[in-house]
Amino acid sequence: MTHRLAIHDLLDGRATPDRVHAFLEGKSFPLVEGPRVTVVWRGEADGVNLRHWIYGLESSNALSRIPGTDLWYIVVEIPPCSRVEYKLEIHRGGTGHWIEDPWNPYRARDPFGANSVIQGEGYEIPAWTRLDPEARPGTLEPFRFESKALGGPRSGHIYLPARFRRSRLYPLLVVHDGSDYLKYAAMKTVLDNLIHRLEVPDMIVCFTDSPDRLREYPNHEGHAKFVSEELMPDLTRRLPLLDNAQARCLMGASFGAVAAFTIAHRYPGVWGRLLLQSGSFAFTDIGTRNRRGPLFDPIVEFVNQYREAPIAVAERVFMSCGVYESLIYENRSLAPILDATGMQVRFVEARDGHNWENWRDRLREGMSWLFPGPIMFIYE
Amino acid sequence: MKRRTESVTGGGAPRAVVLLGAQRFDPTLRDAISDFGVKGKIATITAGWQERETDDADLVEHLEGRCVNLRLHARAEEVFKADPELHEAHRTRQALLRQRQDFYRIRLEHALDTELVISQRAAPEAMLEEEERASVDAIRELDQRHLERCERDRRQFDDTIRPARRAAVVRQRAELAAIVSECEGIAIAGGHVASLLNRLALFDIGALAANKVVFAWCAGAMALAERVVLFHDSPPQGPGAAEVLDRGLGLVTNAVVLPQPEFRLRLDDRARVALMARRFAPAHCIALPARARVGWSRGGPSAPYGVLELRDDGTYQTLQSHSQAAIKVRLP
Repeated sequence: MTHRLAIHDLLDGRATPDRVHAFLEGKSFPLVEGPRVTVVWRGEADGVNLRHWIYGLESSNALSRIPGTDLWYIVVEIPPCSRVEYKLEIHRGGTGHWIEDPWNPYRARDPFGANSVIQGEGYEIPAWTRLDPEARPGTLEPFRFESKALGGPRSGHIYLPARFRRSRLYPLLVVHDGSDYLKYAAMKTVLDNLIHRLEVPDMIVCFTDSPDRLREYPNHEGHAKFVSEELMPDLTRRLPLLDNAQARCLMGASFGAVAAFTIAHRYPGVWGRLLLQSGSFAFTDIGTRNRRGPLFDPIVEFVNQYREAPIAVAERVFMSCGVYESLIYENRSLAPILDATGMQVRFVEARDGHNWENWRDRLREGMSWLFPGPIMFIYE
Repeated sequence: MKRRTESVTGGGAPRAVVLLGAQRFDPTLRDAISDFGVKGKIATITAGWQERETDDADLVEHLEGRCVNLRLHARAEEVFKADPELHEAHRTRQALLRQRQDFYRIRLEHALDTELVISQRAAPEAMLEEEERASVDAIRELDQRHLERCERDRRQFDDTIRPARRAAVVRQRAELAAIVSECEGIAIAGGHVASLLNRLALFDIGALAANKVVFAWCAGAMALAERVVLFHDSPPQGPGAAEVLDRGLGLVTNAVVLPQPEFRLRLDDRARVALMARRFAPAHCIALPARARVGWSRGGPSAPYGVLELRDDGTYQTLQSHSQAAIKVRLP
């Protein structure tokens, strides 16, 4: 049975400015009513479209104008606890331009700008992603490294936990696209909070960046050498790090996940933990041509070969992927293959897309599974 | 089931043992001290707080200054500084134990999955009961083997390194013995249970407790038991599996001590409660929420307050007198 929505009251009978005003007043939009969400826009236009990135659904959906008014609306099905990023496309005079939804206060930011976000019923921004005044902050120090393997400098940041002591030994996490994780996934705050909550142990985190990630991240020999033979040994010399594979983790999202996985594949026994978010693990079952374009060619070549001869490249692998992104197919396909090699694999799906807030929201489960904190040991 | 430690201070048993609920927000220690007739000074152990060991102003205030902190964490650091060989051996042993725990956890997770899958199957009731018993037996065997391996590792460490005979340890133990001899009671706070347990063992606190009244809560209470079980039903990485850590001091036997059930146990989950009770039977799984208290002295068990016992039918109830009597405490 379909429940009656607030918009239906407005649609019953003739819509007047007063009735539109009454409908909009006191409500926040998009209006979430169970699994159905009403998105609105007001203004003069030839047409308005909702543009989203949910894989498998039509990416452009037209809003309807309520006759006699400047109010446009669309009702969409959004499963509980979902996050959906979108923009509105406004058509005027034969051209369209994309805008963030002015009625929606929620934004998700990434290196390309910002999107509006529909938060489905039950979704809440996790408390552990917000600044907690109780959590002692760790420090972030910039670093610069002259890489012979890559023929140039590389930079990033090193995170040290709040109670850092040189007399203790720490696990190491190396994060691809580190600056983006810090900026768009609140990763420093997340680290401070999870350490404070005892959910992950004190750890040292190296946030790395690449000036050419689309070339260096997909199974690139030089990048793998830089991370495993230059950066990691240098950090081990300079910082009190546990010197074993179980205490070393590579992570990344999208192409960054491919980088993490392919580095571990090139250096078996060096990296014991992998955190792979929405990995771009494209492959083909017939031939080598893939629908994603030439940037993916080295990935397809690698994943096809790996699927032919899968081996354990780490001890524990945490994978996550949004069910609204096209890569869900590739990730669902890869998880059982990894599992069958004897690696411990945990694969988590989220009602979310290919974006930084999805990756932020999965950090707690992933990091605490790969590096369980002392919460099981502390009783006070 | 006594934890094997090299004792140079001699044996002897405590005068009484009292387990309490968490003391952080609503402390009941002072009342317990009074009710057990302890008038003298209390030796406090806050080594579970690790580097924050001496941040004990609240505890000192609660005890109205009638206490002396034994500083076991700091003393262990001093020992390690004075004896690098022991320090290195300790680190190596801890790394070994962590690896041991990891392997045990891998096996345990599979055994628990098996138990869950079988319990969901449709089959004649008698067959299911038998299979359920087999599942629990398999888990119990894993727990037991893990304990034996940990014990073997520790024995090997004691036999090769002989911590009790090393000058730095001997010196600290002598100092501790002198301090504790002036006290009538020992109060062991919570914190990091593995770290606490190591310090209690290194300084042979079990022996120093002879003729004292021992009060303990949270990790401190867990450490007194014969077997330390780590547990958390809702950790961030998904449903948690309780796991055996190691032997405890063994002052309290036939019981598994589960502090802070308010945060750590899903007591409404009958399957989890039942499994916990069956897994550790015949030991009694006793949960100690805030303000709970249970004690044993030469005169016998004292009436418990607020202590819960997990039952094998998946329910829980307040600790009954016959269960309390079945829990054994090393007393003179």
